[in-house]
Amino acid sequence: MSFRERLQSWRYNLVPDHVVGEILTKRWTDNAIPFLALVATLAAFGSIIPGFFKLTALQESTRQLGEFSMVVTGMTVVMLGGGIDLSVGSIFALSCFSAVYVFFILEQSIWLALAASLATGLVFGAINGYLVGYLRLRAFLTTLVTFIFGRALFDILVTTYAADVQLSDATSDVLDFIGDSTFWGLSVSVWLAIILAIVTHIALTRSRPGWHVLAVGGSRRSAHNAGIRVRRTVFMTYVFSGFCASIGGFLIACRLSGAGPGTGLNLEIMALTAAVVGGVSLGGGRGSVIKGLMGAIIVLTMTNGLIRLGYGTGTNQMVLGIMLAVAVTIDIRWLKNRHKVLNEVYVAPVYLKMGETQSAAPGSGTPYELDNRLSAANHIGLGALEGPEDVILDRDDNLYCGTRLGEIVRFFAPDYVRSEVFAHIGGFPLGLAFDKSGNLISCVGAMGLYSVSPAREVKRLSAETSRSWTSIVDDARLRDPNDCDIAPDGRIYFTDSTKRYDAHDWALDSIENRATGRLLVYDPKDGSTKTLLDGYRYTNGVCMAHDGKSLFFAESWACRVHRYWLEGPKAGTAECVIRDMPGYPDNINRASDGNYWMAWLGMRTPSFDLSLRHPDMRKRMTRRLPQDEWLFPNINTGGVVKFTEKGGIVEAMGDLTGGAHPMVTSMREHKGYLFVGGILNNRIGRYKIAGADPNWTSPVSYWGAKP
Amino acid sequence: MNTIGWPTLRSLNQEGIVFAIAVVLFLTAAIGLPGFIDPNNLVAIVRSVSVLGILALGMAVVIIGRGIDLSAVAIMAMSVAWYLQLLNSGTPDGLAFAYVLAGVLAIGLLNGFLVAYADVPAIFVTLATGSFVFGYVRSQLITQDAVPVPQGHWVELLGGLRLLDIPVEVFVFAGLAFLFFLFLRYTKWGSYIYFAGDNPVAARNIGIPVRPMLVLRYVLSALVALIAGLLTAASLHSINTRVVNSTLLYDIVLVAVIGGIGLSGGRGGVRNVLVGAALIGILLNAMTIIDIPLLYQNLIKAAILLGAIIVDGIINPRDEQTAQQGDI
Repeated sequence: MSFRERLQSWRYNLVPDHVVGEILTKRWTDNAIPFLALVATLAAFGSIIPGFFKLTALQESTRQLGEFSMVVTGMTVVMLGGGIDLSVGSIFALSCFSAVYVFFILEQSIWLALAASLATGLVFGAINGYLVGYLRLRAFLTTLVTFIFGRALFDILVTTYAADVQLSDATSDVLDFIGDSTFWGLSVSVWLAIILAIVTHIALTRSRPGWHVLAVGGSRRSAHNAGIRVRRTVFMTYVFSGFCASIGGFLIACRLSGAGPGTGLNLEIMALTAAVVGGVSLGGGRGSVIKGLMGAIIVLTMTNGLIRLGYGTGTNQMVLGIMLAVAVTIDIRWLKNRHKVLNEVYVAPVYLKMGETQSAAPGSGTPYELDNRLSAANHIGLGALEGPEDVILDRDDNLYCGTRLGEIVRFFAPDYVRSEVFAHIGGFPLGLAFDKSGNLISCVGAMGLYSVSPAREVKRLSAETSRSWTSIVDDARLRDPNDCDIAPDGRIYFTDSTKRYDAHDWALDSIENRATGRLLVYDPKDGSTKTLLDGYRYTNGVCMAHDGKSLFFAESWACRVHRYWLEGPKAGTAECVIRDMPGYPDNINRASDGNYWMAWLGMRTPSFDLSLRHPDMRKRMTRRLPQDEWLFPNINTGGVVKFTEKGGIVEAMGDLTGGAHPMVTSMREHKGYLFVGGILNNRIGRYKIAGADPNWTSPVSYWGAKP
Repeated sequence: MNTIGWPTLRSLNQEGIVFAIAVVLFLTAAIGLPGFIDPNNLVAIVRSVSVLGILALGMAVVIIGRGIDLSAVAIMAMSVAWYLQLLNSGTPDGLAFAYVLAGVLAIGLLNGFLVAYADVPAIFVTLATGSFVFGYVRSQLITQDAVPVPQGHWVELLGGLRLLDIPVEVFVFAGLAFLFFLFLRYTKWGSYIYFAGDNPVAARNIGIPVRPMLVLRYVLSALVALIAGLLTAASLHSINTRVVNSTLLYDIVLVAVIGGIGLSGGRGGVRNVLVGAALIGILLNAMTIIDIPLLYQNLIKAAILLGAIIVDGIINPRDEQTAQQGDI
């Protein structure tokens, strides 16, 4: 190995590039930026302002935080529903005034004041909701106008009644309690804000109305088409926002025992900035109450911190303006470009030097030498089939195969002309196997392991395994279940080819060449799924050995076949039995003479082998070239290979014309014939094997003669 | 386009209705209010809406292109306040004006850039820049809320300028209105604004430079705000930055929207601004003569604006096909 290659292998195999892409697929990365901003803000102001974290100082600022975060919670819900509520400042002020008026001037009980406060907020919110939800006006301008309206009303009321409030001597213990006291170091308003946030969070994430809000915000039209009452949902978000703002207003009425011209001033732009800085998306659907709260803390820390640092009039507006502009821009750009960034960085190729191989060229004289025998195969279902990845025959000689359309098709013996859809599963049914009682077990690409009973009932056996601790991408989900086989005790052994790509992105997996294929076992007794082996380059075909004590499985991109021991001294371990083949192995099945058939889905090429030693080149390729110009494994020629239990190659056959079976992904021997399927082929081939046992069938070989 | 005049049933659109209301209001006030029809009062009406009308012209151009400029008042007040502050602290006039012009252009460009190239909704961009401009100038560049015009400066002289007893800002308003009319009606760039406002995606597909045109609109709006600010300072001999927190901004939107410039873009022109300005001017003047307190005037204006937006929403319903995500 040259020094350059050694460097490359270190660079690409030891540096975990793929982690970046996997982290970016996580939804919590949306929270990361606001969270870092929060930490940075607190750290900055905490270090500049002496005594910033002192309890008394915190109590004073958290009192304000309680009221403010309530308003932000309401704003967050409106924004999640795809709207915006700029009138929160007015609602806040008017609710505060309502409480003050009822308590100090009418001298009613504090509870009546609370009721008046809430009623004000709900009515105001309902007006907004009616205008925006039912009349479908522009949320921004409409609430801006109701904001001016409410503010004008409040200014009139305050100037009219300010003196009367001053002269009133109404007092209440409850009012003082709400306004001044603390519980375990936190003031009442903070506790109320926390309760409101928790309730709202649960309602949003775990209740039908909450889901409706998110659905409407995510896509109004789709929500409407799904039968959600969009207008009513939007209406309710504004009512809720009015409700939140009115509680905030009531609390400040209790705290300050009055209302002044400054009450709720600039609150709308602060709340809007808080929500956006926290990461609640404009236009709706993305965000959470927690994000809103993070934003509220950031904004309040900033503005209060600047005041305490002694900056003059206008500084707050300046900072709010900058924060709003930056946060909105980041939000918009992040939403727009996240998937682009993801596409850019997700594919992270590794270095691999493939071993020297023997030639498979006709006339080369090696055991792998391909001939043209398969071109003589008769065809079944020509033109009617799309993608028969695996084929299998039952005891009555009927032929089954999966198709690209998510169906399992049955061809009837003896001539295989008539066919029917045996079962519709969805996904892409790949590997097939019959169990002892005649259920057809299938690995369905992108879905999981399924069973179809003779009465055609489809049942899901497994769609997940246990999650590993170190994996960032969710490896519990089966992304590409590929082939399965069944042990004598009924346990189903199957492969999941890759953890990082969905089934249809297999080409990307081949280019990346990262070893993430697994061998798993499903136990029908308790329904559990366990991971047996991990870290293979695209695990593919599985076949139980004739004696049922071990199994063979193929590792496609490494061109190897392994043997995994179920019993005996080597139980639970795997050993490589065939290495450095000239073709990429796919499914493996039993042959009548005690050997095994193996399909080659494609052949290695010197160019792709070379590219595997240049991960940098493959990385550039996936980023800069359109997909149809990528270099990836040749799948235009394949073949069928027979190998012995020890790994010796017996024979190989192919279709050199490329006309009938250019690639082969599976083959099944049945009564002297070989049935050949291919995932990109439009037919199943039926080839008469010279000298094969004309009575041997696979169900008998597995489960014995019919009882 | 429909003609202005006595509305027949066929030409009964918002502009016509508003014009009719303005005429009726004018006649009612002329008969009912003492001193309303007095020539001095009529000049006062025109004068009072001049600055508002000039700002509304800039806003109109932006709204026709399916945007909105909430930073207009902040730019108007703060640019002039900074200019006067520079003059008062002894900076040469030319240099001070160059500074201010550069600042105004920079804010216009920033607005335009963020809207056009970063795809941020105009309403948030201009809300943020408006807040920033006010906050930055107020906290960093000037020392008190109101900045006086220096003695004998040309801005002060400008305020005293009269032609046929009509103050200069009326002529500026008329001139600017005529220029904007020519621009929107007879230039290629003017047509681009209508195309882009009607359907931005289609405009882009047929090869119109939609994004540079967007930037141009916000720069225009910022420059218009600077002119309006200079005229305000000229007539009041000082500029009070508290105007930013007043309802002036919503009056501007009110003039544009009530004149019939649809907020969904692509509709309206200079004539709508004139009609809207006439109605608001008469209304404000009448309310002042009746002696309605300022606070109640705000309430009435807000109610009218709300009504105008509701009517606008019904007449120009939002097009779900061309409305964009986040276009709220």
